[in-house]
Amino acid sequence: MLYENVFVTFALNFANNNMKPDLFEAPDYYNLDELLTEEHKLVRDAARDWVKRDVSPIIEEAAQNAEFPKSIIGGLAEIGAFGPYIPVEYGGAGLDQISYGLIMQEIERGDSGVRSTASVQSSLVMYPIWKYGNEAQRQKYLPKLASGEWIGSFGLTEPDHGSNPGGMTTNFKDMGDHYLLNGAKMWISNAPFCQIAVVWAKNEEGRIHGLIVERGMEGFTTPETHNKWSLRASATGELIFDNVKIPKENLLPNKSGLGAPLGCLDSARFGIAWGAIGAAMDCYDTALRYSKERIQFGKPIGQFQLQQKKLAEMITEITKAQLLAWRLGVMRENGTATSAQISMAKRNNVDMAINIAREARQMLGGMGITGEYSIMRHSMNLESVITYEGTHDIHLLITGLDITGLNAFK
Amino acid sequence: MKILVCISHVPDTTSKINFTDGDTKFDTNGVQFVINPNDEFGLTRAMWFKEKQGANVTVVNVGGPETEPTLRKALAIGADAAIRVNTDAKDGFQVAKELAAVVNDGGFDLVIAGRESIDYNGGMVPGMLAGLINANFVTNCISLEIDGTNATAMREIDGGKETVSTSLPLVIGGQKGLVEESDLRIPNMRGIMMARQKPLSVVEPTNASVETTSVKFEKPAPKGAVTLVDPDNIDELINLLHNEAKAI
Repeated sequence: MLYENVFVTFALNFANNNMKPDLFEAPDYYNLDELLTEEHKLVRDAARDWVKRDVSPIIEEAAQNAEFPKSIIGGLAEIGAFGPYIPVEYGGAGLDQISYGLIMQEIERGDSGVRSTASVQSSLVMYPIWKYGNEAQRQKYLPKLASGEWIGSFGLTEPDHGSNPGGMTTNFKDMGDHYLLNGAKMWISNAPFCQIAVVWAKNEEGRIHGLIVERGMEGFTTPETHNKWSLRASATGELIFDNVKIPKENLLPNKSGLGAPLGCLDSARFGIAWGAIGAAMDCYDTALRYSKERIQFGKPIGQFQLQQKKLAEMITEITKAQLLAWRLGVMRENGTATSAQISMAKRNNVDMAINIAREARQMLGGMGITGEYSIMRHSMNLESVITYEGTHDIHLLITGLDITGLNAFK
Repeated sequence: MKILVCISHVPDTTSKINFTDGDTKFDTNGVQFVINPNDEFGLTRAMWFKEKQGANVTVVNVGGPETEPTLRKALAIGADAAIRVNTDAKDGFQVAKELAAVVNDGGFDLVIAGRESIDYNGGMVPGMLAGLINANFVTNCISLEIDGTNATAMREIDGGKETVSTSLPLVIGGQKGLVEESDLRIPNMRGIMMARQKPLSVVEPTNASVETTSVKFEKPAPKGAVTLVDPDNIDELINLLHNEAKAI
């Protein structure tokens, strides 16, 4: 009877607190911190501390309730997660690519859904406005996006065109003093509450252009996608355009063709290659701690060879992924990283993370199933991450094309 | 009001502690360093004086170049300037003498230090510094208000609190209570960017003499194994407590 009462109190405490305290300690098996600058570490540690303080305590409940925690938007802006590499004059932080990667890593250590919001805002909304927009567009949109006052979304994927975006049917016609936009986009992060959307559509000649669509434009709606089992703390929806009148000044003038949205995806995929390391580190750290505390057959489970094999392989894969991401960051910063190199890192690191999440989940046994630990949430999130921004298979074919010169898509 | 906040560069509380060179030196390999928590409470209180009362805040550390990231973090949190006294901190008296030179040089009205650093837990520097610069001194300080040159401070004492009234110049040995943990600040991006432009000056030491030398460090003995005794076997329990643990 006494034990039952103790158990009930214990369970209630967990129910009220939702999650165990965030005891995360970042693994750095190869002292890769020595490859980082003092400022990299300051930026990374600020993001890490913020995730511990403001994300970890609320994220499990947000995910369980399938609600985007809007309360953290201000914090994301404060730590520089919205446009870290966008120049200071447009409200960005003016940081380098490795800083961007480190911020994404730390946010995804908390949750892939929160990282998705930051990735979309930075690489898929701010990046094209900065790179392909004119000065008036930069001045109008970037500072508000950097501060989180406005949240943006990115419309490329369509119901019938996922891995083959070039087949899109969303289109716009030149009506003289404006464009008329028609079509629909699907699986769009941030869609339900975005103030603006960067939308890719074909003109009458079939050429892909970027258009900035603003909430409130007549005929523009953003229905939410419900019942996801993944990225539950991130809002996903559709962008529907029914004869939407777009002012001509909302067309991004400086780049067109499929290469324009793919350039945004390069930036976002780079962030994902880092972000996935964060999710993997969290799963590994949780499993490592648990393996030293959980006693079975009279000793910690970490003392059994099968568990050590799992942990040793996890830290090996994390270390390899960290080196891959760091090297890609150096190349991205000096402008030499190719799209194919980014594909390899995205594919490898997300695959690494999803495997680690699965192994770590098994190490925790039944406890790994519950929301008291972050692993199963990461595991489910990573199913989206391995699918969006180029699926696992498509990235393989990009590498295949790059090394053989033979195109498997056609 | 010119405030000097003393910042110790200490191992993170989760660090695994080891020693090298025949247990005479702390092994810094793989150790993450942070702002000493007692100093961070003081720094955060200093930020309040900066924002509400227009104080100017300088942070100082006595240590080698490896401590600069800790000072840069303090600048990112909001301090106006940083000073590093370019010498290894060897003992409390040496550090206090170096800090006294910085205070005398900079004309600070208020010095906020942690009541102790969490690495060596000496707890000597603030008091010695106050003596050396002929300032008033309140340690174990859990609340501080400044009005002109008057200060009201609250001190934690055995089983209670004491409020004291004093005046500047003043040295505070601060701790949790000056602000709460929830008040501590994470550097934001604006702060990190502004910290790039803020001065971090390196000053040469006065070469204050070092009066004590660490001879050897020892870690606490590891926890012993737990021995379970059957409740029916009280004689065995008494035997173990008497002959092995020597507790009774």
